[in-house]
Amino acid sequence: MTHLPTSSTPPTPDPDPGLSTLPAVPAQPAQPPQTQTPHGPPEPQHRRTAFAEGFDQLRAAATTEPGRLRIIGAVLALLVVAFGAVTAWQMTERATAADDVLTSSQPLSSDAADIYRSLADANTAASSGFLAGGQETATSRDRYEKNIRTAAEKLVNAAASSDPDSPSAATIAKLNRLLPEYKGLVERARTYNRQGFPVGGAYLRYANEKMQQQMLPAAEDLYKKENQRLRADYADATPYPWAAIALGVAALAALAWAQHRNYQRTNRVLNHGLVAATATATVVLLWLVIGHSVARAGLNDSYDHGVRSLNVLHDARIASLKARGNENLTLVARGAETKKVGDETYDAYDYDFRTDMNDLGKYLAEAGKLADDTSGERPVSAAVGNMTEWKKRHGAAREQDENGNYQRALDMVIGTKNATGECFDSVDENLRTALAHEETEFKHAAGDGRDALTGLSAGAAVLAVLGAAGAVLGIGRRLSEYR
Amino acid sequence: MRARRLRASLKGWGGVAAMTVVCALVAVFALCLPLPGAHDGGAAGTVDGRAVTQATRTTAVTAEEDCEAPEKQTLPPSSADGDTIKAIKNRKSEKRKLIVGVDQNSYRWGYRDPNSGKTAELEGFDIDLVHRIAQDILGDPKAVQFKAIPTDQRIPAIKDGRVDMVVRTMTINCDRIKDVAFSAPYFKTGQQVLVPKSSPITGYDDTLAGRRICTAAGSTAYSTLEADKKDGELPGSTDISGTVPNQLDCLVRLQLGEADAVVTDGALAASQAAQDPTVQLKGEAFTAEYYGVAMKKDADDLVRRVNQILVDYRQDTEKGWQASYEQWLSATLGKDAKKSEPPAPQYLRTT
Repeated sequence: MTHLPTSSTPPTPDPDPGLSTLPAVPAQPAQPPQTQTPHGPPEPQHRRTAFAEGFDQLRAAATTEPGRLRIIGAVLALLVVAFGAVTAWQMTERATAADDVLTSSQPLSSDAADIYRSLADANTAASSGFLAGGQETATSRDRYEKNIRTAAEKLVNAAASSDPDSPSAATIAKLNRLLPEYKGLVERARTYNRQGFPVGGAYLRYANEKMQQQMLPAAEDLYKKENQRLRADYADATPYPWAAIALGVAALAALAWAQHRNYQRTNRVLNHGLVAATATATVVLLWLVIGHSVARAGLNDSYDHGVRSLNVLHDARIASLKARGNENLTLVARGAETKKVGDETYDAYDYDFRTDMNDLGKYLAEAGKLADDTSGERPVSAAVGNMTEWKKRHGAAREQDENGNYQRALDMVIGTKNATGECFDSVDENLRTALAHEETEFKHAAGDGRDALTGLSAGAAVLAVLGAAGAVLGIGRRLSEYR
Repeated sequence: MRARRLRASLKGWGGVAAMTVVCALVAVFALCLPLPGAHDGGAAGTVDGRAVTQATRTTAVTAEEDCEAPEKQTLPPSSADGDTIKAIKNRKSEKRKLIVGVDQNSYRWGYRDPNSGKTAELEGFDIDLVHRIAQDILGDPKAVQFKAIPTDQRIPAIKDGRVDMVVRTMTINCDRIKDVAFSAPYFKTGQQVLVPKSSPITGYDDTLAGRRICTAAGSTAYSTLEADKKDGELPGSTDISGTVPNQLDCLVRLQLGEADAVVTDGALAASQAAQDPTVQLKGEAFTAEYYGVAMKKDADDLVRRVNQILVDYRQDTEKGWQASYEQWLSATLGKDAKKSEPPAPQYLRTT
């Protein structure tokens, strides 16, 4: 019962909405009587939507030249502003991605490769120390310590730049947990070795198992994830900003059409405002297309000559490390593990060594192909030479071991003169040089690419506002002729 | 309990156990008898007969019965060269070496002393014996190529011909004599429990309930635990799934708290305890085992030769068994070598 009074109230402030808008429309038809149909009398209607009202207003306005000019001015200004806004938005996105490539995802992918490398190298150094028997040399201890330090530092870097709760963060946490565990095992191994107890060797085997089965796979996983992120950043930075380009072309076409119409109506060639708008829109469009093309070229170049080379070189370095690790383990295990391939039985570690060396050869060949200048090629071809020598010496060492001359085989692998260790170190050193070179190339190209986008977003925004102002002013100038 | 009682009965106590043995022996005879008739060669017959009885056995107890005293199943000693020895002697120049599977992780048995300077020589009680065998066969104690072999690879390595023999604290038992030929025993030991001194475990008994025991994969310790667990000798809640490639890896697991107890031969357990003063052997040895040199099943001449070498080795008071024991084992197993010395060898293998 109480509903009735309240529900009856709304109808009252509803005399007729059509009438209230009507006076605004006839106020315009003043001077140029052109082909236009007189406006029909408004039918008293029900309540109408704002959109419908606006549309009617627009349609009414379109019947007169000033009205049309107003519409054209508004559309031009809108187009130019939209063009500027979309350009600024799309280019900010690309510039950020390009910046990420240079300053975040590529360094992180390199860091991840370094983590893997340092861990594998530390493990190899530790097992070489064991092989040498007695107290390990200062060199092998330093090498081990340095690698552990590098791994720890790079892990902190990687942790800082990974999103919490991401799979990368979980992998990094796992590695952070395993690293001290590993180090603890190696330290125990050292202590027992000093006391002359073989349980030291057992600890070292356990540490090696932890490294091979848990840490290195995690590090490899991290490397793959960071590489994915790098590729994703490239994918964000390089595609053409089609929306911005289309809007730019549309804005320029509209401006051209407006000026052409202006010329037809008034015989006046130049409207300063519209010319200014056209000029700024053209500048923005050219800047956009050229700037982006240059950036794209730079980034693509950095990918083709930087990232691809870097990836192959990292892979090569990892393969050489694995090969060295397996070469040592062949001697540590002393024929304990065998592997059957087809009908042949091989020493498991020596078989893996050969696989790793084949991989190394493949990666080095690819790196040689990707290297595009002499300073990039030189270390790679030097590494190929080291690898060949390594294979030769390895074969000789294996022969000694097969003949039961374990001590001689050992000297030929971890000794100080003419040992395979020298070849491995040379391969590693040359790959390091090649990596440094490619890293510089990458930074150079990617930096050029990123710099080509500098100021584009802000410039596009400012110019678009100026252009829109020009368009509005230009139209306003024409419009004022009707007053 | 039955397995233990059976062994005890062999020493002369336990009437019920003796009855079991008699019954079982009758069963064995029943199974073996028809076979020599089926085959022409008595040699193949006995071997096959054994294989058949083993295939039909259901418990560990029958395994004991089916091959009684495996350590006696070896050939009489002889110094004659046969095909196997000739093949070894005919190896050319650098390769003229005896290829022997050993351990490099058993303290004072076969190991590398990390402080022995720049050499990577293996040393220990087993290694001494290897040098003695090489000296006798090839005339040079150093004419040996050592291959380090994990516990569970000993038999495959012999069968595949990767080694001429294995001298690696290898227990002579019934399962193994099916696959390889053993020399006469050169050492006597038994399974024992190794735990931290503070551990509540008192030996091979119910205090192992709910504990994790570490053993080497493919070791007699593991197969004993497995059989005892099935028999109820060992509490069902005992976790014996933790196996490692070498018995020494068990000490690592024990120290890291990943295992509560280690079961291995007393001789090796003592070597582990010697490396860590906070662990100790608890309880008496609960099996009797003999170490032998393992060779290829058909290398009869080599088996006879090694047995001859062992006879000489044990008689040699200057540089023989006793001297090697004193050098390597008296520190961990005690000055008295008598309890480690195997009984006078018997050569009951006729084929």
